Amino acid sequence: MTTEAANAKLITGATGDWEVIVGLEVHAQVTSRSKLFSGASTAFGGEPNAHVSLIDAAMPGMLPVINRECVAQAIRTGLGLKAKINHRSTFDRKNYFYPDLPQGYQISQYKNPIVGEGEIQVDLSPSYSIKVGIERVHLEQDAGKSLHDQSPTMSFVDLNRSGVALMEIVSKPDIRSADEAKAYVSKLRTILRYIGSCDGDMEKGNLRVDINVSVRRPDEPLGTRCEIKNVNSIRFIGQAIETEARRQIAILEDGGAIDQETRLFDATHGETRSMRSKEEANDYRYFPDPDLLPLELDPEWVDALAAYLPELPDAKKARFIADYGLTAYDASLLVAEKETADFFENAVNHGDTKRDPKAVANWIMGDLSAHANARGAAVGMAGVSAPQLAALVDLIGEGVISGKIAKDVLGLLLGEEKDANPRAVVERRGLRQVTDVGAIAAAVDAVIAANADKAEQAKTKPGMVGWFVGQVMKATGGKANPQAVSEALKRKLGL
Amino acid sequence: MTDLTSLTLAEAQGRLKSRAVTSVELTLAHLEAMERAKALNAYVVTTSEKALQMAKASDKRLMKGEGGPLEGLSIGVKDLYATEGVHTQACSHVLDGFKPTYESTVTANLWRDGAVMLGKLNMDEFAMGSSNETSYYGPVASPWLPPNWSREKAVAALAGDKRGLLTPGGSSGGSSAAVAARLCLAATASDTGGSIRQPAAFTGTVGIKPTYGRCSRWGMVAFASSLDQAGPLARTVRDAAIMLRSMAGPDAKDSTCWPEPVPDYEAAVGRSIKGLTIGVPKEYQLDGMNPEIVTLWSKGAQWLSDAGAKIVGISLPNTKHALPAYYIVAPAEASSNLARYDGVRYGLREPSADIFDLYERTRARGFGAEVRRRLMIGTYVLSAGYYDAYYLRAQKIRTLIKRDFELVFAEGVDAILTPATPSAAFGIGEKGSQNPVEMYLNDIFTVTVNMAGLPGLVAPAGLSSEGLPLGLQLIGRPFDEETLFSLGEAIEQAAGRMQLPNPWWA
Repeated sequence: MTTEAANAKLITGATGDWEVIVGLEVHAQVTSRSKLFSGASTAFGGEPNAHVSLIDAAMPGMLPVINRECVAQAIRTGLGLKAKINHRSTFDRKNYFYPDLPQGYQISQYKNPIVGEGEIQVDLSPSYSIKVGIERVHLEQDAGKSLHDQSPTMSFVDLNRSGVALMEIVSKPDIRSADEAKAYVSKLRTILRYIGSCDGDMEKGNLRVDINVSVRRPDEPLGTRCEIKNVNSIRFIGQAIETEARRQIAILEDGGAIDQETRLFDATHGETRSMRSKEEANDYRYFPDPDLLPLELDPEWVDALAAYLPELPDAKKARFIADYGLTAYDASLLVAEKETADFFENAVNHGDTKRDPKAVANWIMGDLSAHANARGAAVGMAGVSAPQLAALVDLIGEGVISGKIAKDVLGLLLGEEKDANPRAVVERRGLRQVTDVGAIAAAVDAVIAANADKAEQAKTKPGMVGWFVGQVMKATGGKANPQAVSEALKRKLGL
Repeated sequence: MTDLTSLTLAEAQGRLKSRAVTSVELTLAHLEAMERAKALNAYVVTTSEKALQMAKASDKRLMKGEGGPLEGLSIGVKDLYATEGVHTQACSHVLDGFKPTYESTVTANLWRDGAVMLGKLNMDEFAMGSSNETSYYGPVASPWLPPNWSREKAVAALAGDKRGLLTPGGSSGGSSAAVAARLCLAATASDTGGSIRQPAAFTGTVGIKPTYGRCSRWGMVAFASSLDQAGPLARTVRDAAIMLRSMAGPDAKDSTCWPEPVPDYEAAVGRSIKGLTIGVPKEYQLDGMNPEIVTLWSKGAQWLSDAGAKIVGISLPNTKHALPAYYIVAPAEASSNLARYDGVRYGLREPSADIFDLYERTRARGFGAEVRRRLMIGTYVLSAGYYDAYYLRAQKIRTLIKRDFELVFAEGVDAILTPATPSAAFGIGEKGSQNPVEMYLNDIFTVTVNMAGLPGLVAPAGLSSEGLPLGLQLIGRPFDEETLFSLGEAIEQAAGRMQLPNPWWA
């Protein structure tokens, strides 16, 4: 990282610069068909209490049995974070009373997590990268949901989520700004989605973040931290950190002290608010869950999971740079979503002949992304297939259509020519670029004849050629090759 | 008809198979005996209709020469086991009205093998107690008359508050009383610190707590998960062996359940014990112990020696730490296991202003004094700042206790002989009202076995000078219940079949 990048991260207060120290706990819902310790479905959006087993409802005498698929997902995640896989881990009970916690305790891995230390490389720009340490990843149960809006006098409880597997991914306090935190969570989310261990859907609450924030003068010891609970969008993560850092700086600059406490981020009012102080904190009375044996992993199974791990974003990015000659910046953007990266490769390699990767990348990151964003869809789902994009790029490369016409064709493919072959669309609609010198010369003559006065002026003001090009293009319905038109005009006007 | 209830389980099994008697006849005999014995308070629920239905179905199978090992046999079930559609409350008010939609694995195994359910048996609330006095449904009277009591005096006490009558032990007091009073052929029980073995000793019956993991805990209301284990109470060692074989077995629904198949325990009954090495631990010799118990213990060693076993003195040096450590581990787990009884989803719910009020009122009203005491102890020992001093140390002691046993077994000891209890049965209302530790001391010889996860069998060995039954305990290697059944039967043979009291209550 450059010195400028480091300095840019400091926050300037009234009495000098401050450094913000951030550590994140990401709660990622494990992608699995059934819950961590029961056979109930994890499907989202069911009727309240439709996906609740006897175990999830904590009926008397019920016992948890670990779901092997959830364990596999945690191992895959650990491997993806280049972390140590602990071949022996244990489950503990975290005890507290709440109606959405039927057992009266959450089964979690407090003492011996399944995944130990790891690391994530986070790129903020081609010249600004950081490494964020992973402290641990552990498996735990999600709680249910209290519904306070169903009755004026009572609260209801929906246990569909109760017992769903979560991975808590704890970073080291290696993050120094809101931007770094946002980039870290984005990168982590990308890795999880590549692995398929969490869908990263923050709107559904499938990825939630607890943020630990403290501030200090550069090179001084760490300050007291506050924890901001349950932030559920990347934008809010940035806002929460900025807001909380400013709040702490203001207190310290006023001669005050920071109380260690748990806070909530209120996005509407742009502030963090105290939830509970350290003194009010629950005593969770952690102890090993006697219903579950220690989780012992067969090393061969871990090796097999590692062997079938998909190509991860860092490796893919390096390959895109090496194999396709893309810039680091383009490669970063393309690999951020696995579907986009796949779309890119499918478009470049479609058919017998490959096409210019840079041209394909530009289309994906330009017009296609714009259309996709407008529809709130992924690039691959925007309505144009990789073979269609391949054909479009080929048509430009062959000189059959201009870049401008190609944009029009793209518009047609997204609208009335949905699923059509771009080559057929160009033919059917007569969009083929006119390169016939005779036809272009005739059009140029006609325009000059109709605008004799302007033609005279152009001889002394060469800048007017542009206006003539526009007129000719208009007259040819945009199909004339603009290069050829410009050359013909210059010749006729004697420039 | 009453003589049908006096049959052993094995005898009844033979009569049903030869069709000398039908299951309906056997069931009716028991239901009648239960009706006459209501005052003992052994059963909290009688499931007559279900029993007769099951008996009829058994008779049909028996007629065709079909049926499982327990086909048509009348069994009582401790209220700790979830029984589908039937009252299941662990004798606690907090589970008021609870009828599960599921059947515990242990009872399902019994029904799979053809057993007939007579009803649900009384017990200490959540199995926390040693005299059945903590039950929400009141104490159970032992069928054994207190020394020098007349029948009239006992009947009068039975009609009143039962004070002075003997306790059948606890927590499986309903089970032991019902088995001793011939209100079932055998019963399910459970043992967290001695809850099968102490009641067996107090009532002259046979009880075995198998190795931790031998029976599934699925559907058994949890007290202390790392110690709880199901087991039977019966009138003979053979009957206990037959029962355990059906109750035990692998269960994927319990992660702590042992995956290996169950051996034929009955085949071990009557097997020679010649050449077995029996350890007698010096640490079980307590100061001021009832000399009758000491004498009985020596007698038991002599019997086994006469039958060809070798008796050796052994040391289990950490024995004295077992009881205090147990009373940390068990309440700690209980404080967490019983958190689910919160008034939100099932059982008792006290009307309240808000959710925390609901918890407090429901739990204050739903749990009895002894359960509340243990929940508070358990919460305390797990609290921040106390965890290391209590829970962690108790777990270390537990490891040491286990190690004591491993060492003697490694030296070639096949089983260990100890007294079952420090005394014969005491009276209802006699112990623990001033100092709960007085009651906890009942478990002094039995808790080590739970802490180490080993199998322990108690067989009746004789009567005290006052005419009350006394038992001896045999502790075995992990999953070597067979040796315990062989040894238990040797004691039974030498001591002679226990003569159970005549039904003065009926």
